[in-house]
Amino acid sequence: MNPLHLLIVLLLLSSAGYYIGRKKAFAVAGGAQGIQKLHSRPVYYGALTAMWCGIPAIAVVAAWLAFEPSIITGLVLNGLPDEIRSLPDGMLNLLVNDIRNLVDGNIVSAASDPMIQQAADRYAHLKLISLTSLTIASVSLSLLALIFIRSRIVPNLRARNQVERIVRYLLIACSMIAIFTTIGIILSVLYEAIRFFQTVPVTDFLFGLKWSPQMAIRADQVGSSGTFGAIPVLAGTLMISMISMAVAAPIGLMSAIYLSEYANRRIRDMVKPLMEILAGIPTVVYGFFAALTVAPFFRDTGDFLGLSISSESAMAAGLVMGVMIIPFVSSLSDDVINAVPQALRDGALALGATRSETVRQVVIPAAFPGIVGSLLLAVSRAIGETMIVVMAAGLSANLTANPFQAVTTVTVQIVTLLVGDQEFDSPKTLAAFALGLLLFLVTLALNVIALVVVRKYREQYE
Amino acid sequence: MSDSDTFDPADPKNQKTVGNIRSDNPRMICRGVEVFYADKQAIFNISLDIGKNEVIALIGPSGCGKSTFLRCLNRMNDTIDICRVSGTIKLDEMDIYDPAIDVVPLRAQVGMVFQKPNPFPKSIYDNIAYGPKIHGIVTNRTDTDEIVEMSLRKAGLWKEVKDRLDQPGTGLSGGQQQRLCIARTIAVNPEVILMDEPCSALDPIATSIIEELILELSAQYTIAIVTHSMQQASRVSQRTAYFHLGVLIEVGPTDQLFTRPLHRLTQDYITGRFG
Ligand SMILES: Nc1ncnc2c1ncn2[C@@H]1O[C@H](COP(=O)(O)OP(=O)(O)OP(=O)(O)O)[C@@H](O)[C@H]1O
Ligand SMILES: [Mg+2]
Repeated sequence: MNPLHLLIVLLLLSSAGYYIGRKKAFAVAGGAQGIQKLHSRPVYYGALTAMWCGIPAIAVVAAWLAFEPSIITGLVLNGLPDEIRSLPDGMLNLLVNDIRNLVDGNIVSAASDPMIQQAADRYAHLKLISLTSLTIASVSLSLLALIFIRSRIVPNLRARNQVERIVRYLLIACSMIAIFTTIGIILSVLYEAIRFFQTVPVTDFLFGLKWSPQMAIRADQVGSSGTFGAIPVLAGTLMISMISMAVAAPIGLMSAIYLSEYANRRIRDMVKPLMEILAGIPTVVYGFFAALTVAPFFRDTGDFLGLSISSESAMAAGLVMGVMIIPFVSSLSDDVINAVPQALRDGALALGATRSETVRQVVIPAAFPGIVGSLLLAVSRAIGETMIVVMAAGLSANLTANPFQAVTTVTVQIVTLLVGDQEFDSPKTLAAFALGLLLFLVTLALNVIALVVVRKYREQYE
Repeated sequence: MSDSDTFDPADPKNQKTVGNIRSDNPRMICRGVEVFYADKQAIFNISLDIGKNEVIALIGPSGCGKSTFLRCLNRMNDTIDICRVSGTIKLDEMDIYDPAIDVVPLRAQVGMVFQKPNPFPKSIYDNIAYGPKIHGIVTNRTDTDEIVEMSLRKAGLWKEVKDRLDQPGTGLSGGQQQRLCIARTIAVNPEVILMDEPCSALDPIATSIIEELILELSAQYTIAIVTHSMQQASRVSQRTAYFHLGVLIEVGPTDQLFTRPLHRLTQDYITGRFG
């Protein structure tokens, strides 16, 4: 029996609980004609029983499985001789990995060591005990709950209200999962970032104008010591995002306005799917396009005009990224514009407003909060985009206001920092987390600003 | 068996309107108006004059085409893709369906108040000022203030809102919103006002305020009003037109149409036998 089987058994038990509860409800009602005496319809008694049967037991299983590995590992390590327990952390981790691999039946380097083999046996044994006791505990919990709730089923048990309440808690629990995951991610990024800031001062990171994360890997290597000023990287991100929004916001908005206000049905049915194809193109393909077509085009035009434009430029990446996010802006704004009631348009038209006056002065203001939302999603998309930038804008962290130079962005730097054989706690890799934190704060600030704008606007007009 | 079971609107002999469709001093003249929504014909061969400074009530059972006809008069039907209109409709001497006509000034001349109040999500002041601004009737703040106050006074709303002109129009009560929409319509100084069941969402007090308003406005404007209330029709209108399944059955002076109807269907409707 493995945990999956256990889960299936519990679900079966819970379904059985449904029928048992329903049957009991019929029984206490005295048959089908007595149903009127029950507070709730019999299905609610069934559902209530099923929930009592299933939810606590499954919660126990989940909690158990979450803590089981660390407890067992601790027990196994305690059983090992002292000289091994006093090994440094890294070595100990390797050892534990070996033990676990051995348990799972994989070939490992240390398989021949009898002491490791012994530990593995112990590990497997503990695991078996744990699973057996888990099975017994959860199944009996489920059965106990079944018996308990079955005995409680009487005609005036308010099963419907209780089911309603349990459903509400379940929904709350689900939304909590999303929130806690976010908090978890933030904390882990924050933790690594703090480690980074122990070697590199926060002020150097935030205000430094030079980004050059290369540093000596081993003490005996000669090499640059690494400077971690985030400004050039952040500036690159902002520049590329701005260029792409300068493309996507007007084009996307105007095509949304055309589609929702001017186009007739036939054109709309044709154009909308075509635009959405843009959203389906993989970003790598956009990357090719930017690197192989757009960027050389700029370089050649520059040569022709006697300007030197590098073959990797913020402009090429930004433009192509802008094209990529047009469909986001247009289809989201199209939806919010369509949601503006026809009555408002009729009101303006009946006053003798032209179509474009109606759109500008009535429809767009009414749809404004939604439009801000769609632009904001597009910005987040632009800030997070990596592939196009890697291919078309380069990797060099230039601090420049010239969009025809190569720049790099936060996401690209995170990728390059984490790819490669670095020790995981060198400042170079940890810098990736600091950048991630910075990126997170920037998008968070954007979201807050947009929320404030939207709310202010709503207050004014509702 | 009543006539309504066998009434076929497409039958030409059913399309002859009883009573006098003409007016001595017509403002709008409609001849042979037909409207199709895609393939479905909504109104059949309607001819009707609307006299200067008269209030004409359009009545009839639900779905008989009153709103459709009303929306023909300022070409609001243009906004519906599938809608086609044929026949002629003249405002004074101008054929409003002439392709050379610009609908924008036409709609400023023939204003419309809708069944459901639809104030813009702007302040009360801006709701009224919007029309005059886009038509260049006002250019400076004092003129705008003046026209806003005058329109709100005419619509009987000034006293209630004069201290909160900067608050959103959508924050008013239903009846206030409807009067705001009426004020908005008269602010652009139209010649004809079309009202589609303007009181259907209102309580008796708000209704009587609006009815008084209609009576006052009729001194200056020509008004066509769709209503489901025969009492309302008889209180505010001089002439009444009865529609049935897309056909104009009978037109006549309001008091006569309600007391001595000429057509069986009209009689059935006003005596409450159906509809
Ligand atoms: N936008 C539209 N598309 C298709 N058919 C429509 C449309 N508007 C109205 N119709 C049809 O035209 C006919 C007349 O509708 P209309 O709205 O003019 O009726 P009405 O007399 O105003 O009714 P009510 O008193 O309920 O408002 C109805 O059969 C309706 O189904
Ligand atoms: Mg109607």
